[in-house]
Amino acid sequence: MNDAATLPPLVEGGQINDHSQGRERVISIRGLRNQFGANVLHDRLDFDVFRGEIVGLVGGSGSGKSVLLRTIVGLNPWREGRIEVFGEDMGHLTADERSHVQTRWGVLFQDGALFSSLSVIENIELPLREHARVPEAALDDIAALKISLVGLPPGACAKKPSELSGGMKKRAGLARALALDAELLFLDEPTAGLDPISASNFDSLLRDLQRTLGLTVVMVTHDLDSLNAICDRVAVLLDKRIVAGTMEELLAYDHPWTKEYFHGPRARAAGIR
Amino acid sequence: MTDIASDAGETWLRPVDQAGRVVLEAGGTWTVFAVAELRHIEDPAKGRRNVAAIDIAGIHKLDTAGALEIVRLQKLFPDADVEGGKPEHLALIELVTKGIAAGVVKPQRMGWLAHWLYELGETVMEFFEQTARLLAFFGEVLVVLAGAIRRPRRFRMSSVVAQMHEVWILAMPIVGVLTFLIGVVVAYQGVEQLKAFGAETFTVEAVSISVLRELGVLLTAIIVAGRSGSAFTAQIGTMQVNLELDAMRTMALNPIEWLVVPRIIALTLSMPLLVFFGNMMGLLGGALACMIYLDFTLVQFFDRLRDTVYIWHFWTGMIKAPVFAFVIAAVGCYEGLQVKGSADSVGRQTTKSVVEAIFFVVVLDALFSIIFLVAGV
Repeated sequence: MNDAATLPPLVEGGQINDHSQGRERVISIRGLRNQFGANVLHDRLDFDVFRGEIVGLVGGSGSGKSVLLRTIVGLNPWREGRIEVFGEDMGHLTADERSHVQTRWGVLFQDGALFSSLSVIENIELPLREHARVPEAALDDIAALKISLVGLPPGACAKKPSELSGGMKKRAGLARALALDAELLFLDEPTAGLDPISASNFDSLLRDLQRTLGLTVVMVTHDLDSLNAICDRVAVLLDKRIVAGTMEELLAYDHPWTKEYFHGPRARAAGIR
Repeated sequence: MTDIASDAGETWLRPVDQAGRVVLEAGGTWTVFAVAELRHIEDPAKGRRNVAAIDIAGIHKLDTAGALEIVRLQKLFPDADVEGGKPEHLALIELVTKGIAAGVVKPQRMGWLAHWLYELGETVMEFFEQTARLLAFFGEVLVVLAGAIRRPRRFRMSSVVAQMHEVWILAMPIVGVLTFLIGVVVAYQGVEQLKAFGAETFTVEAVSISVLRELGVLLTAIIVAGRSGSAFTAQIGTMQVNLELDAMRTMALNPIEWLVVPRIIALTLSMPLLVFFGNMMGLLGGALACMIYLDFTLVQFFDRLRDTVYIWHFWTGMIKAPVFAFVIAAVGCYEGLQVKGSADSVGRQTTKSVVEAIFFVVVLDALFSIIFLVAGV
């Protein structure tokens, strides 16, 4: 019923109105198609992310938010289309070029995906040691800084991931994603499972880091508070495509799913009109 | 491999005299990729006193690691002011300054003697605890088995059949090939050695007794321990990591009944069948070697086998099969249940399960030899 053709016309990069303002496209996706068996998840999907913005990615369960994230970071081979990150065509990279791109982004997986055989601090030190060749004397300082930035108690440094609670794993995962001060962060449901205080601390931390480091952030989230508070733009997966815009544009957007999502009781509770 | 750090760009830190006062000029790329170089060039600056200011106007790229280095400089020269920072750089330095207040807590190190005593005590305690846990586990298995006999509905038949497919049917090719080859090898050695006494026809007895009594069942047990025992540990262990076992317990489903007992029953039923098959393949291998080296026909080999080899040689092998199977399955499941928390632990317990299973099998085999010796079979 909801065929892609029924979506109102969009401008370049799946946007309702153009917000590029001449900024560099950190991510640029054109005509992406993802298909598992007969199940088409994305079709003719266009998506742009500009430097220095925080983009929230939302969509119904099973609409392929995580798959889109996994596709961008190269964990999921795609059928058709072109994906560019930092202007590099992700489909045609040599191994060296790929590892260079990979050190410029950080990924936070849903449950942290910490290396279970390493302690928290060793998890964070691993990329520092391997990619930045940070001397031993400085390793602990930098790792401890990241741990305290994400709001973990210092006592958590020596713990193994299996000894941490879900929320702490998430923060440790974020600390690892931030280890190399990546320019681009991918976050998969960063505030899910956090208590409201930690969640809003997380939001302000992300805002601080984004401002001071000029980060670009793509986050899959269902936290309407985060969407409202820190996302510059919101990208919605609708009918296998991305519809991206500011909160105001999406509130005015004429589609049954967005209407229900942004005008539901939870949205009202989050202060979205 | 690529040198990812190579694009770090130039980084500098140098003392400059400015109208009678010393200013440290920092500039270039101050990022995590430059930390190694920064630590290197900081040293000459350390000896200096009377540093009046740190001028960071020349820094064009700064990240948290770089900001941390500036904070370190501030600590080295408490009297110096930071000058010339861009607003976003100052904000970053402030963020980092707030962040480092907490510090790190590393695990404490013990002296070697204390450590040795600690390890010794832990090993001893672990041994007693392990024994207690193992006994509790066997008890629980027996209780569930007894309950299942009283109420046959509690036998998870479909689970048993699925496991038997896994541990019996799918194991047949590898067991068959290996025992066949061992039959050929033993027969060949027999021919070679017995030839010296002109007794090469006794190769038939040599190969059939060694295969039927020991080699068939031991080889099969080792393959099964490596193949199925390890799989039991990994399956149950992974479920443990995913909290699936906790989920079962909260749903009034007993993991012993659902996961452990079907596996033990399946393996105990499968193993004699596998051993029988392995024995036959071993004999066939022996027969083939005799056909090649002694010009026997197949009928001659089996005629001699029937005439000279006592039937109890066959039964002694077969009696051991279900006992070994029970031990392998029980150890495999037990180690799976001992998994704690992480993927790391699954690997460790799997290794332990295979080593322990083979160890128990060989020890039991020795016990059986004594029993059969006393019984005269």
